[in-house]
Amino acid sequence: MTLLSVKNLRAYYRTEVYGISRTVQAVDGVSFDLLPNEIYGVAGESSCGKTTLIKVISGNTKPPLKVLEGSVNYNFNDYKVDMLHISQDELRQNVRWKEISYVMQGSMSVLNPVRKVIETFRDIVDTHERITDKKKFLEQTRAHVNRLGLPTDVLNAYPHQLSGGMRQRVAIALATVFQPALIIADEPTTALDVVVQRGVLQMIREIQTTSGNTVLLVTHDMAVHANVADRVMIMYAGRIAEEAPTETIFDAPLHPYTQHLIHSLPMIGEKSTKASLKGAPPNLADPPGGCRFHPRCPYVMDVCRTKVPDLISVKERHRVACHLVEEGAL
Amino acid sequence: MRKFILKYLIPRIIQFLTIIFVGITVTYIIPRLAPTDPVEAQISTMMAMGSSLDPASIESMRAALTDLYGLSGSPVEQYFTFWGRLLRGDLGPSLDNFPTPVSKMIGQALPYTLRLLIPAVIISFIFGNLFGAMSSYYPKNKALKVIEVLGQVVRSIPYYIVAIVLLVTFSYFIPIFPFSGAYPIGTRPDWSSLEFILKNLEHAVLPAATLILVGFGGWFVGMKSLTSNIISEDYVVYVETAGLSKNRILIHYIIRTAILPQFTALAMVLGTVFSGALIMEVVFGYPGIGSLAIRAIYSNDYSMIMGITIYSIIGVAVAVFLMDLLYPLFDPRVRYQ
Amino acid sequence: MILLSYNSPYDPGKSFVVPWDLPPSQEHLFGTTSRGQDLFWWLTFAVRNSLFLGVLTAIISRIIAILIGLTAGYRGGWLDRVLMSLNDTFVVLPLLPILILLGFLLRDRMNLFYLAVILGLFGWPFDARLIRSQVLSLKERSFTRTAVYSGTSAFWITINEHLPFVLPIVFATTINNILWSIGMEVTLSVLGLSDLTTPTLGTALFWANQHGALVAGVWWWIAAPALVTIVLFLGLYLLFTSINEFIDPRTRLRLIGG
Ligand SMILES: Nc1ncnc2c1ncn2[C@@H]1O[C@H](COP(=O)(O)OP(=O)(O)OP(=O)(O)O)[C@@H](O)[C@H]1O
Ligand code: SF4
Ligand SMILES: [Mg+2]
Repeated sequence: MTLLSVKNLRAYYRTEVYGISRTVQAVDGVSFDLLPNEIYGVAGESSCGKTTLIKVISGNTKPPLKVLEGSVNYNFNDYKVDMLHISQDELRQNVRWKEISYVMQGSMSVLNPVRKVIETFRDIVDTHERITDKKKFLEQTRAHVNRLGLPTDVLNAYPHQLSGGMRQRVAIALATVFQPALIIADEPTTALDVVVQRGVLQMIREIQTTSGNTVLLVTHDMAVHANVADRVMIMYAGRIAEEAPTETIFDAPLHPYTQHLIHSLPMIGEKSTKASLKGAPPNLADPPGGCRFHPRCPYVMDVCRTKVPDLISVKERHRVACHLVEEGAL
Repeated sequence: MRKFILKYLIPRIIQFLTIIFVGITVTYIIPRLAPTDPVEAQISTMMAMGSSLDPASIESMRAALTDLYGLSGSPVEQYFTFWGRLLRGDLGPSLDNFPTPVSKMIGQALPYTLRLLIPAVIISFIFGNLFGAMSSYYPKNKALKVIEVLGQVVRSIPYYIVAIVLLVTFSYFIPIFPFSGAYPIGTRPDWSSLEFILKNLEHAVLPAATLILVGFGGWFVGMKSLTSNIISEDYVVYVETAGLSKNRILIHYIIRTAILPQFTALAMVLGTVFSGALIMEVVFGYPGIGSLAIRAIYSNDYSMIMGITIYSIIGVAVAVFLMDLLYPLFDPRVRYQ
Repeated sequence: MILLSYNSPYDPGKSFVVPWDLPPSQEHLFGTTSRGQDLFWWLTFAVRNSLFLGVLTAIISRIIAILIGLTAGYRGGWLDRVLMSLNDTFVVLPLLPILILLGFLLRDRMNLFYLAVILGLFGWPFDARLIRSQVLSLKERSFTRTAVYSGTSAFWITINEHLPFVLPIVFATTINNILWSIGMEVTLSVLGLSDLTTPTLGTALFWANQHGALVAGVWWWIAAPALVTIVLFLGLYLLFTSINEFIDPRTRLRLIGG
């Protein structure tokens, strides 16, 4: 059984500035499944389309973003949701926060600067389950926050009185009030220092093990994936380069881009900086043809320039999109 | 708390004192830069206008004027006497209605101005901000677009012209509102009679409408540009993804934060709004400070003009200061630094 | 209309050159006044003078705004604080009573030029603040820092590096300032506190009021200048908003890669 099944998803940004229209191919033919009870990591360098992918699967597609093709289907314990065709009302009433909650990128600033934290809890809870008994709501919220290891004082604080790490944890606490089936967290640890990062990751892992839901964790930081993810997807320029269980990704990566990512991770005791890739990440408004990685790939072949490599399964639960693999050279 | 006092309160108090100091000093300097001897010029214009005053009262008026202009002693001494008189609240007698004190006449006119000004400011502030926020949150709404265009038009035109247009349209071409004054000619102000209050309200419609219309446009445009940034702030996008209702987002998340700079702006434009109210009174013959001023201009009542200027400066400074004091109630970031 | 004024068949200073109190007609487009003037031609002069006043005011206040804004923004520290405190004071002060006092004392000597100077002296604070904040954001940009490290003097940095970015703002606010100044003139004239012999939009309304135009039924005497003012203001305002959009500092900063 799968929790989420994404098929051949294509989502572009169409913008018009001074009459010049521009199309950014941010998500271009992505297919993957999420299973219940797993932590699924999505990695990839900045602006490869991670956030865009999340926006679409969480039902937050708004112009200029547009879905051109594909399907996004959920199955929450036999409550089936077709995310691309669901009505806004149903999405609001039954899905958001109850089944899917979303810890946005930069969620240190998701709290209203002039309202107390508890007010935001009240707004969200009241939206999905009318608050009739204020006392009960307060008790439950306090208990929830306590369970996650946060002091109850944070509820009566204003955002600017909290540290960045604390705000991040509050955002996660907000996302989990209804024990959703899927928690999507976009770069939850970026901009935090290492010690705080560890605390936040710990919290995410604990939530996942105690409630058995699925976490989709997006970050460009491979070290984070190594620590918490069960499976990892590597994105490059709007497409999936490789997807495999975490150990496989780190021990036996197949795609040249993944290999580069893994090898450039700093090792303990190592001094020299690793060789970086030549060239810049592609401009998604005008991506290279064929394999989008070809201008920077050390193993580039002729076929790579013209033909898009298929995402093929090399082993069970291990998929790669590279002509080298297709031809069996690796 | 100490930090709050040091970082917020003290600068506001200094600013308050600066406004009064600069304003009063300017009013002190202006007459001294005037190329004529104000006292003699004053007396001769009054004579020329045929004032039937006996020599004794002319003498006392000359003394009053010299005293009023603070023209005895060295400039430094004059400056201090000037302040001394101000602090005692003594602005001398009106020259036109000799010897009624200026402060008393201003005191009588002020309630009329305030009764019009305060509700008008509040109404235009509330509606301008509300509609401005709505128009950036619901960009496709046709009615809001029309309101926006009208607001922009009215806002760009001077108070006087707006007032004149309203006056000509609604009491000349379509005479549904009275032409001038605050109550029908021949009635005596009687605030206990309902009929009188209704008449007064009827007379206040057009003047208030002028103030509200112009103010509305300003708040609308300001709020629209503020909120157009706020609607893409993380905390707004976040509650949208969390499924909060549009109204709740608009009120608690968008307006609630965008209103804060608008409060500051309100303090900033009080002086301008007050000036506008004066003009509007002149157009509609409404008996407040503005009418007092124009009568003083026509009758060469220097002490009255001086008094109005000084009181306006102090009044606006106090209003701004009060708003600064209230501001932390709305913005927790200032409160808990 | 300005150009037309040079073509006027009538001298605006003279009165009773045409029959008085005629309503708008083919011959007298906006009608004639109780002082026997052709309103249309008279207003051509008025627009010209009002615009002249506006432009002159704008120039004077722009110079002050640039000086204060650049200095405050560049020097920072206590000087900045003092200047901005002064700035806010001028923003907040109720201008009209002060202008009434001034106009009252200068009454007979008042002319367009003096009025422009006076308005110029009061019309700078909003824009000075705008310029200052622009300079502050420019200061954070790398080219200023490079210039500072390479030892260029503060003065030259301000002139060479900042002025080019500040000028567009100045340009955009100029129109706003012109509008403000014309509006103020209208106000003061209506109160009888300007040079009433010069035809301006304000004096047109003053004379109309003096002659009790509305009561006497000569409504066009009030309507025409009001209409012309509205058209003028709207035109300039639209120009202002479009210029503003075009040279929005944010767009410009994006263009220079900020
Ligand atoms: N609102 C938008 N309009 C137009 N283009 C956009 C918009 N948002 C993102 N893009 C473009 O889409 C591409 C993918 O952006 P996205 O935010 O999904 O990247 P990301 O992988 O999340 O990057 P990061 O790690 O920096 O968060 C980028 O090229 C970006 O410039
Ligand atoms: S398909 Fe070709 S270019 Fe792309 S990663 Fe594989 S070898 Fe490199
Ligand atoms: Mg992102």
